[in-house]
Amino acid sequence: MKLAFQLAYKNLMGAGLRTWLNAGVLSFAFVVIIFYNGLIDGWNEQAKIDGINWEWGNGQLIHKDYDPYDAFSIEDGHGKLAEDKQENLTPILIRQANIYPKGRMMSIRLKGIDPNQTTLRLPTEILNQSKADFPVLIGQRMAESAKVKTGDEILLRWRDKNGTYDAATVTVAGIFETNVPFVDGGQFWMAIEKLQEITLLKDQITYFVANETYKPKEVEGWNFETQKYLMREQTKMIDAKKIGGSILYIVLMTLGLLAIFDTQVLSIFRRQKEIGSYIALGMTRWQVVRMFTAEGGMYSIFAVILGAIYGIPILWYFSKIGIGFGADGSEMGIIMAERMYPVYGLGLVFGTIVIVVLSATLVSFLPARKIARMNPVEALKGKVQ
Amino acid sequence: MSEKIIITENLIKRFPVGDGEFTALNDINLSFEKGEFSGIVGPSGSGKTTLLNIMGSLDSPTEGSCTVMGKRISDLSHKQSAQLRNLHIGFIFQVYNLLPVYTVYENVEFALLLQKRSATERKKAVMEALEWVGLEKMANKKPSKLSGGEGQRVAIARAMVKRPELVLADEPTANLDAKNAHAILQTMKKLNEELKTTFIFSTHDEKVMGYLNRLIHLEDGKVAEDEWVTVKKSQL
Repeated sequence: MKLAFQLAYKNLMGAGLRTWLNAGVLSFAFVVIIFYNGLIDGWNEQAKIDGINWEWGNGQLIHKDYDPYDAFSIEDGHGKLAEDKQENLTPILIRQANIYPKGRMMSIRLKGIDPNQTTLRLPTEILNQSKADFPVLIGQRMAESAKVKTGDEILLRWRDKNGTYDAATVTVAGIFETNVPFVDGGQFWMAIEKLQEITLLKDQITYFVANETYKPKEVEGWNFETQKYLMREQTKMIDAKKIGGSILYIVLMTLGLLAIFDTQVLSIFRRQKEIGSYIALGMTRWQVVRMFTAEGGMYSIFAVILGAIYGIPILWYFSKIGIGFGADGSEMGIIMAERMYPVYGLGLVFGTIVIVVLSATLVSFLPARKIARMNPVEALKGKVQ
Repeated sequence: MSEKIIITENLIKRFPVGDGEFTALNDINLSFEKGEFSGIVGPSGSGKTTLLNIMGSLDSPTEGSCTVMGKRISDLSHKQSAQLRNLHIGFIFQVYNLLPVYTVYENVEFALLLQKRSATERKKAVMEALEWVGLEKMANKKPSKLSGGEGQRVAIARAMVKRPELVLADEPTANLDAKNAHAILQTMKKLNEELKTTFIFSTHDEKVMGYLNRLIHLEDGKVAEDEWVTVKKSQL
C-alpha cells in the first residue's frame, strides 16, 4: 500500500495543473460544507443559549390548564402554588389586553413577572427602578410595531377575573433587545404583583420558569416541561435547516467527486499504455488498481491541505465577525440572532475530512476496477475500449 | 549454453474475431537457452509479438504450453505472472513506454521499487544501468525531453536494472534512425555478452537481424525456419 501511495503521489505531482484543479474544486466543496455546517451549529448553539437565557430557563412548571399554543387557555390556565414549592422558580402570569398607541388598537399579551428575578435575562430590574406609576417593559420588536419609545405613555385596557374592563395609562420604562421573539413581539412585561392586583388574580400564576438549581418534582395541578421539550420546535427548525444544508452538501460533494470520477475515467482510458507498462514491469493488476485508487484518495488529501491554506483564514474571519442576514427570526417563529457566528467543532472538521477522503477514494476505486479486467496486451497497444 | 530458459510445446494461440476465431500462432515448438541473442522475425501479422507476449507471461496460450524458467505460463495466477515479470523478465517496447511523469532515474528505478529494494541498493543499481546505456547525466530529465534513441536507451536500462535472466524486445529499433538503431543494438549485445542475459527480439528490421545469433522465421503463425547464424565481427 505504501508503494501505491508513493507512486500515486509521484503521478499526481507529475500531472501538475490537472491535479490542482481537481483538488481546488474539492477543497471548495470541503470549505463550504464546513462553513455551512459551522453556521448552522453556531446558530443552533446561539439559539439554545438565547432560548434558555430569555425564555425556557431550566424548564417550566406550567399550570395544567394552560396550553402555550392555545390562546383561549390563558383565561383559565392559572392557579396558586404554595410558597414553599416556589423555591428556585420565577412566577409568570399571562393575561390578554389591548393597547392604543397613537389611536391604533393592538392586542397584546400582558405578562407579569417578579422584577427581582435573575433566572431570565429580561431586564426586569427596570420595573423596580422606574419612577412611573405603571411601568412596563417591552422588547424592540414590540416597540417597533407599536411605534413607541422609552418614556412613552400608552393606554392599556384589560379585563379582570370577573370580565370587567378596566384601563390605565402605562409608561414604557425600558426597551430591551433580544434574539428571542417569544418574549418580545406582542408582549408587555410588568411586575407580577401589579398584574395580579389589577386583574384580581392574587397569587395566581400561569407558569414558572425554573432556575439551574431547581429539582423537578411532581406538583399536583402543574406539569413540568423540560428544557429539551421546550426547545423542540427550535430543534426541529434547525434539523430542517440541516436537511436543507445536506442537500447543498450533496450537491457540492457531487461536483467535487464528479471531477475526480471524470478525471479517473479519462485517466484510465488515456493512460492505458502506462497501465500496460506497469503490468509488464511486474505490478499485479490489483496493485495498479490500488495505485489509481490512491491517486483519487490523494486528491482529497490535497484538497484538505489546499482547503486548509485558504479556508482556515476565511472561516476564522467569519467566526470572529459573524454574518448578518438582515432577517428577523420572529417572522419565522424561531430564535435567530442578527449576526450569526459559525462554530467549527473538531467533530465537524474531522468528520467532513473523513467523508471527503472516503468518498473520493470510493469514486476513484469504481472506475479503477476496470484495470483488474484489462488485458495487459490490449492495454500496451492502447486498444482497451 | 545448455540451460533451457524457454520451452514452447505445440503452442497455439487463437483470438476471437467476429463469430469465428483467428489463429495467430499454430503449433509452435521452440526452446531458447540461457544467453541466447535470438530473434523472431517475419512480416507484420505473422505472430511475433503474440509469441513474445506469451513468453513474457502477458498473455497465455490457447492450447499447448509455454514454460519460462521452469514455470508453465498458463498455470500461473496474475500474481505469479507479475512476480515472474518483476524478478526475471525485462521488456523493451517499440514505443519505449516510459512513464511520462517520472524522470529517467525514476523510470529505471521503478522495477526495483516493486522489488522493495533499499534506497542505497536502488541508487547503485540505477546509476550502473544508466552508465551501461551512457545516460548517467540525463538522470533528472523527463522522457519528453529525450530523443528517440535516448528514450530507447532508458527503456533498455529499465529492463536491465534488475539484472533479469530474460529480456524481450518488441521491435526495439522500429522508431529509430540507423545510427541510433546500431548504437542500441551494440549496447544490448554488450549486455548480453557481459551479463549473459538472454535477449529475444521480435523484428523485421534487417539491421537487427544482422546482430542476432539465431533467427526464427514466423509465417502465418507457424515456424517457417529456425536458423543459427554467425555474426560478422565487423557488424558489432
